[in-house]
Amino acid sequence: MSIADITAQASVAAGARQDIAGPYGPKPRRVISRRNVFLYGTLFVMAVYYLLPLYVMIVTSLKGMPEIRLGNIFSPPLEITFEPWVKAWSTACTGLNCDGLSRGFWNSVRITVPSVLLSIAIASVNGYALANWRFKGADTFFIILIVGAFIPYQVMIYPIVIILREIGLYGSLSGLVIVHSIFGMPILTLLFRNYFASMPEELFRAARVDGAGFWGIFLRIMLPMSLPIFVVAIILQVTGIWNDFLFGVVYTRPDTYPMTVQLNNIVNSVQGVKEYNVNMAATILTGLVPLIVYFISGKLFVRGIAAGAVKG
Amino acid sequence: MAMTAANDTSVSIQDLSLNFGAVTVLETLNLDVADGEFIVLLGPSGCGKSTLLNCIAGLLDVSEGRIFIKGKNVTWEEPKDRGIGMVFQSYALYPQMTVEKNLSFGLRVAGTPREEIAKRIARAAEILQIEPLLQRKPAALSGGQRQRVAIGRALVRDVDVFLFDEPLSNLDAKLRAELRVEIKLLHRKLQNTMIYVTHDQIEAMTLADRIAVMKGGVIQQLDAPQTIYNRPVNRFVAGFLGSPAMNFVDGRLEDADGGWRFAAEDIKIPLGTYDFAKPPAPGAVTFGIRPEHVSLNSGTGWPFSIAANVEVVEPMGSDTLVWLKLAQQNFSVRVTSERTPKNDEAVTLGFDPMRASLFDTATGTRI
Repeated sequence: MSIADITAQASVAAGARQDIAGPYGPKPRRVISRRNVFLYGTLFVMAVYYLLPLYVMIVTSLKGMPEIRLGNIFSPPLEITFEPWVKAWSTACTGLNCDGLSRGFWNSVRITVPSVLLSIAIASVNGYALANWRFKGADTFFIILIVGAFIPYQVMIYPIVIILREIGLYGSLSGLVIVHSIFGMPILTLLFRNYFASMPEELFRAARVDGAGFWGIFLRIMLPMSLPIFVVAIILQVTGIWNDFLFGVVYTRPDTYPMTVQLNNIVNSVQGVKEYNVNMAATILTGLVPLIVYFISGKLFVRGIAAGAVKG
Repeated sequence: MAMTAANDTSVSIQDLSLNFGAVTVLETLNLDVADGEFIVLLGPSGCGKSTLLNCIAGLLDVSEGRIFIKGKNVTWEEPKDRGIGMVFQSYALYPQMTVEKNLSFGLRVAGTPREEIAKRIARAAEILQIEPLLQRKPAALSGGQRQRVAIGRALVRDVDVFLFDEPLSNLDAKLRAELRVEIKLLHRKLQNTMIYVTHDQIEAMTLADRIAVMKGGVIQQLDAPQTIYNRPVNRFVAGFLGSPAMNFVDGRLEDADGGWRFAAEDIKIPLGTYDFAKPPAPGAVTFGIRPEHVSLNSGTGWPFSIAANVEVVEPMGSDTLVWLKLAQQNFSVRVTSERTPKNDEAVTLGFDPMRASLFDTATGTRI
């Protein structure tokens, strides 16, 4: 058989393939199928369900009190006013102070920033030491730390009050910073340990042969590779500490109350008229920081959680 | 036991033991590596070969014994002070650094002057032909290039001893063969001592000056590749090296009137030319012979002939493996492709007993 014959046969075969009716190529998909209706319908309903309260909050915070008293909580504001927001931020009264949430905001910043930095700095070194330098008693230390993650915070409140009083930090911001750093330690150490344990061990060995020591390996090899897990830790700590109410109300004084405690004092004040619009604005303001943090770093957050979770 | 290692030994391991709790990984191990020698540690996974390498590197603390490198007792030294460079299976390149920074990391940690670093990197890059890659990150390199950089990282340290921990295992077959030759050339050029861990017997046979076959934390045999191949000291070594594997037939050693002979069922093999490793005594023995040392239908010339029927034929391209039964035990013969017999064909086998190995069936040691 000549080459021409073979090619002729091949083209005949190809032609025959196209002539035969029947499925060929990708399977066609209908846009409006039962599956899609269910899928997107469910997604839509769930989204509305979770977004509705936020909608009501925003709408209410933009209304004046007379309009709120009409009772149509779902209707958009007839007359948009930003006065409730201004009042919530700078003039709402909590106890004797009438400078709004701004004081609490700055207190929260002064609590959150050092707590986050301190707890992550310590926990990352902890996790690195536990994962890479199997020192004597490392396992025992790790178990104690993990048990710590399961003890309810409430049992430790009073002992910590006594400890802080004895070392003279009770009621100060630095006392609260220390408390937050300690309570973040179990979960953060676990997070970092698992992340570092998932890194190839040969990398660590290579660095040792290259002569790098404990800090050299940590700072020059491990840290540059661990951005995702640091982002996760920062998000966990920022949201956790910013949203904390219990420690804030127990370990600080009224002039050093964090934003959450102040929000509670504004919203739950028993005297006078309930200013719903101010309450809504104050609540949104307080929740804004964790929301912003999450939206900025959401992608990294998911990646880091996955990276830390794979290997234990 | 000498207090210090002799001058021409580069690495000397004396009575080394390592236990993890109750598990003994290495057992009173002794090994002397000559200056400029290429030693391959060969064995199945879990035999302790990588562990031994990590002990030499100082990445694992030993339980007993001591290690000398260049006549200096380094048992308690940090890896960086031992004068070793190490190449890992997974390359272990620092992902966030460029190739150049990877190469210079150890030198920068040690505070080497900048001109010296540049000089050494230039030299290593030239030897390994990775100059065009210096500004790339490891992620942008192929497997072979990464392993070259990893070798370069050991090279710039300007050390006496190179340690390789299965460096080619992550590469595909073709690249592995290429880099194998390059490592051999590198050894010829540098004349450094090299200790190389692998489970690949081809790498071991082709690269080594001497092979240390390990099993269960003990060196079974330490010899030149040809000696290990032709005169294995026990059944494990005989079975581990060689592909296709050596044939084993269980039987008895008998003192016939003319001399010693091996007997299994109706098969009798006179051992006139066999070189006994120790004085023979009658008893249960295992007869071993490599498939390529048996010839098929080669007629007379052998002091005996064994008849058998072909069961399966496995063509392997360059040659063919013929499987048959000898005393009801599987037996393979390697023949050239042109002389392949058919299935069920009756054939006769012949071989020179000098090529065979006899092992004590109970202890497995060579007789």
